[in-house]
Amino acid sequence: MMTRPMLTSPMLTRPVLTRRAMLAASAAIVTAAEAPFARAATPAGVAVMAKQIDDVISFDPAESYEFTNNEVDGNVYRRLVGPNPKDNTRIAGDLAEKWEISADGKEFTFHLVKDAYFPSGKAMTAEDAAFSLHRVVMLNKTPGFILTQFGFTKDNVEKLIRATDAATLQMSLPIAQAPTFVLSCLSANVGSVVEKATVLANQVNGDLGNAWLKNHSAGNGPYQLTQWVASDHITIDANPKSNIPVGNKRVTIRHIADPSAQLLMLQKGDADIVRDLTPDQIKSVKASDGTSVTSSGQGSSVYVAMNMALPQFQKRQVLQAMKWAIDYDAIATNITPNTYVVSQSFLPSGLPGALTDKPFKKDVARAKALLAEAGYPNGFSVKMDTSSASPYGDIAQAVQADLAAIGINVELISGEQKQVITKMRARTHEMAILYWGTDYFDPNSNAQAFCANPDDSDASKLRILAWRNHFKDDQLTAMVEDAAKELDGEKRIGMYQNIQKIARERAPFIILLQKISTAVLAKGVSGFVIGPLPDYTKYADIKKG
Amino acid sequence: MSRLRTFAAAASSVPITLFGLVLVTFLIGRVMPIDPIIAIVGDHAQNDVVEAARLQLGLDRPLAVQFWLYVKLLMQGDLGRSVMTSNPVTRDIAQYFPATIELATVAILIAVAIGIPLGVLAAVRRGSWVDHGVRVFCLAGHSIPIFLLALIGLLVFYATLGWTPGTGRSDVGLEGMVPDVTGFLTIDALLARDWESLRDACAHLVLPAGVLAYFSMAYIARMTRAFMLDALSGEFVITARAKGLSAARVIWRHAFPNIAVRLVTVLALTYAGLLEGAVVTETVFGWPGLGQYLTISLLNADMNAVLGATLVIGLSYLLLNLLADAAYRLLDPRVR
Repeated sequence: MMTRPMLTSPMLTRPVLTRRAMLAASAAIVTAAEAPFARAATPAGVAVMAKQIDDVISFDPAESYEFTNNEVDGNVYRRLVGPNPKDNTRIAGDLAEKWEISADGKEFTFHLVKDAYFPSGKAMTAEDAAFSLHRVVMLNKTPGFILTQFGFTKDNVEKLIRATDAATLQMSLPIAQAPTFVLSCLSANVGSVVEKATVLANQVNGDLGNAWLKNHSAGNGPYQLTQWVASDHITIDANPKSNIPVGNKRVTIRHIADPSAQLLMLQKGDADIVRDLTPDQIKSVKASDGTSVTSSGQGSSVYVAMNMALPQFQKRQVLQAMKWAIDYDAIATNITPNTYVVSQSFLPSGLPGALTDKPFKKDVARAKALLAEAGYPNGFSVKMDTSSASPYGDIAQAVQADLAAIGINVELISGEQKQVITKMRARTHEMAILYWGTDYFDPNSNAQAFCANPDDSDASKLRILAWRNHFKDDQLTAMVEDAAKELDGEKRIGMYQNIQKIARERAPFIILLQKISTAVLAKGVSGFVIGPLPDYTKYADIKKG
Repeated sequence: MSRLRTFAAAASSVPITLFGLVLVTFLIGRVMPIDPIIAIVGDHAQNDVVEAARLQLGLDRPLAVQFWLYVKLLMQGDLGRSVMTSNPVTRDIAQYFPATIELATVAILIAVAIGIPLGVLAAVRRGSWVDHGVRVFCLAGHSIPIFLLALIGLLVFYATLGWTPGTGRSDVGLEGMVPDVTGFLTIDALLARDWESLRDACAHLVLPAGVLAYFSMAYIARMTRAFMLDALSGEFVITARAKGLSAARVIWRHAFPNIAVRLVTVLALTYAGLLEGAVVTETVFGWPGLGQYLTISLLNADMNAVLGATLVIGLSYLLLNLLADAAYRLLDPRVR
């Protein structure tokens, strides 16, 4: 019997390419080629957006926690309160036209609007609002802590949050909390109001409609979710009963992973808005006729963490030396132009109370002196975990070079981002470079993450960034707890500014950059404004000329 | 009867191979340094949520128990639920795999239609400018990274000349217009007698299938040339020529049938490669196929989806190998 020839499939022998190499090369090709902007038109009444949407897991506001689904939910659902359109740092009424807060800060009474209609044609009632908040606590999915941190539990939530009449919602807090903190959390995606009857009609095995709401919607926002095909497209259509006017009856978001393909779609008129262009592409498009670029600072920061389990990081001078060794401006200018800016506070610019000054700059002599003072005149060696994804790999190399200049030899360990997160959650890293996005638009979110660690043991209930890096500072922890309960809004802001100043001195985190989200709008397209959080980004005002 | 028995013996190895595939993929998924819970609940989730998810997925149980439970469900046709899409993995595969099959099938048809004649031509005109031309053409197709080919294709035929549509399987205006019956957009459009959607689906296929075809065609042409050179130097060809048969008859009736056997294997493996390996092409063209599904699942540590997709790809490989085996036995009288 003859032997069959041994052959290798051509697909198995092709060169392996990293995503970064692929994106860089593709960006270079398309940017260099600069196809002319000969726009056809997307269908009338349909706004087409090209975006990477493979992060979507669920559209249920009680579960949604990723960027894209939160953004879509922000257009499909409304909340009791939301950001003031003129000043994001202030809260304004949305479904609640007014509210009262008791003097002790424990009782919130919301008076609801009567003309917010679901696609079914029914007007929203306080019962819908109460049910929506109940199910967040009862399901207790990932974002559930935004409400349960106030002391709501499965057992008490129905008693503490209730509709007293069709248009009045009463919320009682077990412990007094800062009103601005509570309202900010209600403005988060978990505060979205769903139509109780529709959700319960689609309930399966007592899941409060969770499975159904993963890919359907029951909100009274200007749009409703029509179709989601994972990693392909999302289609939302206008809610015919909504009284919020929309510029386009339909918004289609297509999953285009490759930035160069997004750019080509913009140039050919197949996309009205593209969301993931590279810095070079944005630069080239800026010079093109007719297109416009819109951008906004995001509540996300890139930071370097130092695990204080290592003796050298327990010395405050070492932490300071590292903060003074980095060339922040060079990283922002050379590696992340248009996509990240320098930020040196754990509260990104735009969040209430954020410090926007930049006290640290590269000062090798000062950093070396601090290291010597700490007992490390010749530096030391340390390992740093970093995601291989852009731009983390390049930033990590820049940090490595800057630290080498003061004698700290950093060995980079490159991996998948979730791998770095897994390692940091297990507290087995030495240093790591990662990003952190605020959970809700209140300073408590990041202050707690970066500074609060009441129990450093493995049994701790609060295991966020401070815990993950063995940073236990009782004074800062107490300050964070106090600020969360401060009833005076202005005084509270001052407290967070103090916390940030102290954290800069003591915390084992080098805050490097703040993310800037940028979108490019095709010629004649206007009205698209990116919010500082994904769910603050609105589609209703998008207009096509 | 003996042929049937040999085929049955080959087929009997399929379950064992599949079991090995499941076991290895399962173990890789469980020992990789990523906590799958992070993919589900995110980095910010509180401990109670993390633990509840771990419990719900049975990840607190010993590895052997987890594997046994997985295999038990697998035997019932249940591949579990994808974290990423929240759908049963079987439903996801039924949705994404037809897109890949459609793309790969068109690509292999184009590749065969061009690659085989080119290979034969190069062999017949060995050493001539035709042979060199074919070699350069094939070398480019096989050595240029496929994402580069895809982007150049988009830039030239979509952005500059405007001959083909851009990314995706259909235009935005036609999205969701055709009822989903088979998952193959062209067939569904045909069934619905929606000619506009059919034309649009075919137009969207041209560029990604063309790029994949160029890549595969280069390989097929080179292999065809090599096999053909071997066959043309055979004594039976010299005899045929000595008998005064026409060149075409010598090539196509005498030499070519002799290389068909080996070509079948090449084609089967190339097609299998297209079914699993179109990841980059699918990414650049925004093509919602199984390759893209598998990659995204892997990056999200969505292990049920990874296992399901790997199993389907593995099964496709095995089936294509079996088919190649069967065809091999049919085509070659010496192994009958």
